[in-house]
Amino acid sequence: MSNDVVVQFENASVAYGRRTIWSGANLQLKAGEFVGVIGPNGTGKTTLLRALLGQVRLSSGQITVLGKPPGRGNPLIGYVPQRRTLGSDLALRAYDLVLLGLVGHKWGFGPASTAEKTAVLEAMEAVGAAEYADQPVGLLSGGEQQRLLIAQSLLTSPKLLLLDEPLASLDIKSQHEIVHLVEDIRRERGITIMLVAHDLNSMLEMLDGIVFIFRGQLVAGSLDDVVRTDVLSELYDTPVHVHVTDDGHRFVVGA
Amino acid sequence: MSGDFAGPTWNLLRDAQEIFAYGFMQNAFLAGTVVAIMGAVIGYFVVLRRLAFATEALSHGGFAGATGAVVVGQDPFLGLLVFVCCAGVLMGILGDRLRGRDVAIGATLAFSLALGSLFLTVSTKLAGEAVNILFGNILAISASDVRFVVGFACATLLLIGAMYRPLLFASVDPEIAEARGLPVRALGIAFMVLLGVAVATAVQVVGVLLIFAMLILPAASAQNFTSRPSSAIGFAMLIAVGCVWLGLVLGFYLPYPPSFFITTLAFVAFVVTRQFGPSRLARGRRILASTPADEHRSASRTRGAALSR
Repeated sequence: MSNDVVVQFENASVAYGRRTIWSGANLQLKAGEFVGVIGPNGTGKTTLLRALLGQVRLSSGQITVLGKPPGRGNPLIGYVPQRRTLGSDLALRAYDLVLLGLVGHKWGFGPASTAEKTAVLEAMEAVGAAEYADQPVGLLSGGEQQRLLIAQSLLTSPKLLLLDEPLASLDIKSQHEIVHLVEDIRRERGITIMLVAHDLNSMLEMLDGIVFIFRGQLVAGSLDDVVRTDVLSELYDTPVHVHVTDDGHRFVVGA
Repeated sequence: MSGDFAGPTWNLLRDAQEIFAYGFMQNAFLAGTVVAIMGAVIGYFVVLRRLAFATEALSHGGFAGATGAVVVGQDPFLGLLVFVCCAGVLMGILGDRLRGRDVAIGATLAFSLALGSLFLTVSTKLAGEAVNILFGNILAISASDVRFVVGFACATLLLIGAMYRPLLFASVDPEIAEARGLPVRALGIAFMVLLGVAVATAVQVVGVLLIFAMLILPAASAQNFTSRPSSAIGFAMLIAVGCVWLGLVLGFYLPYPPSFFITTLAFVAFVVTRQFGPSRLARGRRILASTPADEHRSASRTRGAALSR
């Protein structure tokens, strides 16, 4: 039964010095669940991901990832950080960027083996990035770069995928494509997904739950609990309207 | 010295025999080739990590170290090495905080040169040495200096080779590399120390002021036209070695310093390669389409659909 649990937070808290980021977090994610992480800027969403990666120590409580405490360099966690570094002048092929996900931690140098090449091309195929494998990363669009990073993160066969604002600064079409790609990955591979986002509209129908951080509290809830006009307005401290269409679709609108 | 020669016979074998008949030319070719190869490899990472300006500053700072060592009666190469490595460690520790700090780096650079100018006035032994430190004097490199240069360059290459893949990962995407458990910070510091050693070694060939030619231009030129890491490093080596060899030959026959020719050739290589390859395409693309590539592509698809209708 407990094999099914991928992430477990028990009364977990994080503090930087005396400043508490969030505390008393209780949370359980099962295999193949897709949750959205929301909250105003600076409330500790990235810290949440870093805690799972073992890069931030808890000030109290505990976290288990796949039955173990978080450790550095866990290959069972795929991570796509918030993007700000891949510049337009980066002269590195898309293929070589993805390859780093497989061989980047090995010391020394040398050509990739045939098996490694095949694995990289398969991962690029799976995210629809094969056609620009030979292009320099710097020439690719934001959506194309996201696909590469997702392909890179899949190479270690992770059980948990952490995506930090993968939709930021993407146009609507690319946002839609990335969300559906993530959903396909979840369905086909049974990977648990935590996706940090500000705009949930494009993925509301796929989410199993929402984690939100509000006034230092990290709370998990169902869509019915969280995606409501009163809850979101209080969370973002500004009027937010949740519109429900006749066929039950929800849309979040900043009023 | 070249006044004694009639000039090249254009019989390559005879010219080579003539050039290599001199011990100082053998030394120059050996040291120059090794430094070129080392510079190409380390330069690839300098460009990737956007440390070009920091490298320049590191090298200029070395001038204070080298002149300071002479003032206290030490070998300038030793002073240079110690100073540059310490500065490298400091830069490595500052790490990410250094990004975008052009003014702070420039201020340190100016202060180091000022210190160097002070040492120049304080010591009388420095007058002849100063020009060599500033612009290099590869033709005057002694056999024992060559042993130093070859030793340091080989050690640098070996260590870069040992940490090649993690260093590439950490240079391209430090956050993901760290999440995968790589010691990103330690790699950064180790790289800066190696860069310090490389700077101190390359100063023997081109001097502190022209270090850009050896440590950055060949790698930057290669990255202008290829985005495969192994090809980029390979082409950078070819460009660097080509510049050094041709520069030395020109310096042998003409009454001008080889460091001038080497730097000029590296500059020409950079300007020429900039006209080709990805970065050129990128600029063209940005001018043609101010929209992101996705939109650009879907727009051209729409146009195609409209035409076929």
